[in-house]
Amino acid sequence: MTSPTPSIASPVPDSRGRYGPYGGRYVPETLVAPLEELERAYAEACADPAFHAGLDALLHDFAGRPTPLQFASRLTERLGGPRIYLKREDLLHTGAHKINNCLGQGLLAVRMGKKRVIAETGAGQHGVATATVAARLGLSCTVYMGTEDMERQRLNVFRMRLLGAEVVGVDAGSRTLKDAINEAMRDWVTNVRTSHYLLGSVLGAHPYPQIVRDFQKIIGEEAREQILRAEKRLPDHLYACVGGGSNSIGLFHAFLGDAGVKMVGIEAGGRGKSLGEHAARLGAAHGFTGARPGVLQGTYTYVLQTADGQIAPTHSISAGLDYPAIGPEHAWLADLGRAEYTSVTDEEAIDAARTLARIEGIIPALESAHAVAGLIQRAPRMKNSEIVILNVSGRGDKDMETLSRYV
Amino acid sequence: MSDAASPKSSASPQPSAGRIERRFRELAQTGELGLVAYITAGDPSLEATEKIVLAAAEAGADVIELGVPFSDPVADGPTIQRAIERALRAGTTLAGVLGLVARLRARTQVPLVLFSYFNPLLQMGLETFAEAAAAAGADGVLATDLTPEEAEDYRAAMRAHGLDTIFLAAPTSTDARLEKIAAVSSGFLYLISRTGVTGAREALPEDLPELARRVRRFTKLPLAVGFGISAPAHVSVLGGIADAAVVGSALVAEVEKASHAEQAAENVAGLIRLLKRAARQGISRRTERPT
Repeated sequence: MTSPTPSIASPVPDSRGRYGPYGGRYVPETLVAPLEELERAYAEACADPAFHAGLDALLHDFAGRPTPLQFASRLTERLGGPRIYLKREDLLHTGAHKINNCLGQGLLAVRMGKKRVIAETGAGQHGVATATVAARLGLSCTVYMGTEDMERQRLNVFRMRLLGAEVVGVDAGSRTLKDAINEAMRDWVTNVRTSHYLLGSVLGAHPYPQIVRDFQKIIGEEAREQILRAEKRLPDHLYACVGGGSNSIGLFHAFLGDAGVKMVGIEAGGRGKSLGEHAARLGAAHGFTGARPGVLQGTYTYVLQTADGQIAPTHSISAGLDYPAIGPEHAWLADLGRAEYTSVTDEEAIDAARTLARIEGIIPALESAHAVAGLIQRAPRMKNSEIVILNVSGRGDKDMETLSRYV
Repeated sequence: MSDAASPKSSASPQPSAGRIERRFRELAQTGELGLVAYITAGDPSLEATEKIVLAAAEAGADVIELGVPFSDPVADGPTIQRAIERALRAGTTLAGVLGLVARLRARTQVPLVLFSYFNPLLQMGLETFAEAAAAAGADGVLATDLTPEEAEDYRAAMRAHGLDTIFLAAPTSTDARLEKIAAVSSGFLYLISRTGVTGAREALPEDLPELARRVRRFTKLPLAVGFGISAPAHVSVLGGIADAAVVGSALVAEVEKASHAEQAAENVAGLIRLLKRAARQGISRRTERPT
């Protein structure tokens, strides 16, 4: 494989799925045995060379790995700051990093003898990746999606159905990702013996945050090798957007032991700083209100909530970032100060998407555009000798309707 | 830790720990199946819930579970989800539910269990919650998404205030897990009859008797069976299997149908009388009593 084991990564999570105080397993009793089964199956798979060989082959031949690390010469010139490299996860089959995790968990489902996978989706990218992998592996597939998200990501709904998946609209609550996860969990608790819940981000009860991170950490492992080849040294900064946090932890993880590499996660600042207007779970230092540690959907982490412990509505122009909790490992990295978290607004993300499209010929997903916007803000303060890697986690095809209202 | 003999506890009109145990002991003496009635607190208002619970107790409910509304009820089916939405729209909070418990306790001695998701309890503070719940006159707490492994602090806080900790057992629970669950439960043990969410079903699962026998190997606590129990026929069958039936969605549906609080209370009481009659009659008599 690649780098020596990063020191900070080895102790987390502990055997109970804790990242410092965060993480754990908060589920109804019915789901404990299946989570334990998943934990065992994953440990066995990790020790089985045939599993890795099968996954590597699919990642290479089906998904299109490795993805390029592209030097963004024109963006570098435009911003006049650091040398900027783009990790091109947007070039993967289905258009985002989500397929890395779906292939891994899909193979796990097959190993466990499950014939059906369940998934939630916000932007639709995880749903499309799950539907795609289910088709490839011969599994049946049900995807839950909030009806508001179905509206703003209509193309992805068509894609999932074309791939043979059943897409179920969720009309409860805020009708977005959080509610889709609730409904997926209800399906899983009902069909737990026959179905695998293919969770799409570093969220949920242990072992999901670990499994999803492990299947995504290939992003950073590749990027680390690629930058060492291109620049003969490690980067100074990593940039990635953070919804649940799978593409960012995927990029960060291989660098956690490299003390000189700063990591920046960009959350959705939405359209305001009061509760309900944003999805900046770690934004308290920047004036965003409503986030406190709490338990949501299986894990203990920073959650946007009312004083009374009810989960708050969130807002982001980007469906994939529109979620009230952040992956527990990010919460821990934030507390440790190992990674920094900041946010950009809806408008800044739109502007950044336009900039990247016109200057580099890449239309990023609105999620990834948040990372671009974060870099655009800070690049002018960096030296020309500094190196940045930014994860373009997905492409913007799915966002054409939203973007067309602004361009 | 305070106990029943400490001055602090004896200051309250009645030690709260023990109401659940006493009620199950009385039921065991008559061989009658108990009825645990779940009502979502604040649906459609706390004032309505007060009337409904008093009517339910009067009609023969042996234990009342007061559902604390939570925005993301992953273990609940559509009926209770809708009730929770109504309760939240009415502005129901955990503090409000505790106020309701105090008002109810002034008027009835029926055992009261708070049935909540974990986050609202955590946000109030486990110690603050336990103290307030005990002072209000609650007897026990069940946190739906809390398993024994994550419950150390929670149990310590509840125990310190004499509150029973009720945990769930499920059809998927292994023997090793049942042992753990039994070890941390008090009051009664809540057995989920099937994999799935709350809500009425046609029939009871066929493997339920076997499941209940398996659970009994690990505990002498009374066994209450819930999820999908809605009709007198279910209750009749349960007589030989469990110590109590938990009925939730069917009662909540009665509240939903009603156009005002008095009617809701009447509907709920009517269904409880029907279910209790089934519990007292014929095959509901326990055939194999736990020793």
